[in-house]
Amino acid sequence: MNWRELCRALFGDRHDVTEDDELLRGSAHFDGDLLDVLGTTGHAAIGYAMALRQARAVLDTIATHPGRTIVLLIDTQGQRLRRHDELLGIHRAMAHLGSAIDLARRRGHRVLGLVYDQALSGGFITTGLLADACHALPNAEIRVMRLPAMARVTKLPQELLERLSVANPVFAPGVENYLRMGGLASLWQGDLAQALRRSLAELPTEDRRAQDGAERGGRRLAAATVQRILDAA
Amino acid sequence: MSLRPTTVTSYAECSARQRLALLLDAGSFHEWLPPAERVTSPHLAQLGLPCAFDDGVAVGRAALEGRSVFVAAQEGAFMGGGVGEVHGAKLVGMLRRAVRDRPDAVLLLAESGGVRLHEANAGLIAVSEVMRALLDVRASGMPVVVLIGGANGCFGGMGIVAACADHIVMSDVGRHAMSGPEVIEASGGVEEFDARDRSLVWRTTGGKHRYLLGDCDQLVDDDVQAFRAAATRALDQRRPLTLTALEAEHRLLSARLAAAHDEADAFELWRRLGITHPEQVPDRSVRDIGVWVASRRKEVA
Repeated sequence: MNWRELCRALFGDRHDVTEDDELLRGSAHFDGDLLDVLGTTGHAAIGYAMALRQARAVLDTIATHPGRTIVLLIDTQGQRLRRHDELLGIHRAMAHLGSAIDLARRRGHRVLGLVYDQALSGGFITTGLLADACHALPNAEIRVMRLPAMARVTKLPQELLERLSVANPVFAPGVENYLRMGGLASLWQGDLAQALRRSLAELPTEDRRAQDGAERGGRRLAAATVQRILDAA
Repeated sequence: MSLRPTTVTSYAECSARQRLALLLDAGSFHEWLPPAERVTSPHLAQLGLPCAFDDGVAVGRAALEGRSVFVAAQEGAFMGGGVGEVHGAKLVGMLRRAVRDRPDAVLLLAESGGVRLHEANAGLIAVSEVMRALLDVRASGMPVVVLIGGANGCFGGMGIVAACADHIVMSDVGRHAMSGPEVIEASGGVEEFDARDRSLVWRTTGGKHRYLLGDCDQLVDDDVQAFRAAATRALDQRRPLTLTALEAEHRLLSARLAAAHDEADAFELWRRLGITHPEQVPDRSVRDIGVWVASRRKEVA
């Protein structure tokens, strides 16, 4: 689903979200409230500059619309893989974006993420994965890295990785696996506006993804390990 | 009177546990979930890969010059320090415990390629949980100090986590960035990034470059005792994350982008920072670089 169809399904014509060079920004009326919408499209690569543009939008919302809910619409191929971005310090720009989203939550903004197309590692970890909760459309795709690069880094044969990525939930790209592991709160089916309404009503304030992962059987050890550290002598 | 050895011990060549033993007050490290408890990855066996009884990270409480610290040390020799489900949960547990128990500071001896690709999805979620837990520590008023000097550097999601800290100490052989050179070369070709060109890798991601840009707060020699002294100096260096602080950060990062809009290389970027002989930077000592940056910061102030 492209972002225009998505915004229409969520807000009808009661939004002014526009695209500027793969960045989506605008606001929308929803159930009597104004929401700020921020996102990317075109499988945007998140480089240093794009991370700063997103951070700017979050800081603007904090400064000019205290407390306003932020909806993050995610479609990214991951971090931009360029030497120049590394030279500039893309890790610091990403940390800045993540810190801005984190600050928004601490100052009372509700932050909800939605993966509506695809999400890869670096573009996802400082947006949707730092929201109060992240959701996805059923046809969206989430993965960490493309298999050829993964084969090179892990020194595992690409054939093995291809086989594993079909069957193994820890490997396989796919929103159902992220749901089972607690990384996603839910998949939005059917009436998307209703799904947004329900999700906003159920936003957690604590990070309970590890417990969710344990309860859903996708990440059995994370929550228990955290608890064992808290209880250790 | 210190009983510590006066000879230089390479931080890069130490294991995570050797670093903990030498960097913290002698005998003060008390580990949570030590290897004897055998808390291992549930995912590696199905790949036919060996487990580590600590899943590649040691966490616990300790003292540094008598001050109370919570500490984590990642073991680069095990899966490149990659963050899997258990490894990440140990970091999260330590950080949450810090919020509860309030030590003077949290130290993170980071050495990691980021998400452990062998348990990719679980690792990605885990790194974001670590990031949130680290920001919780900062928000509750304790400084988080990151030390980067291991042979594997600090990359990927852990590169972002480290950049979320209050204070970063690097050695000149340390590397801190996001995507490793091999990943960029695999994606964009050798003309984009030649991963075997060591000097290019170092001036793109290395400690001196990061220090010249202001991405790390202290640059030290590859010496465990130099890291200990730097970590001690950092114990009270809180940088609260306020809207004002993030606006200042935004101005700094935007100005850097504007200065390098034409994709200037490292040498050109250093020249624009006011270094008269940037080609000499790789051969300069840590001390020389430190003196230059200190005088430059005085000028700016």
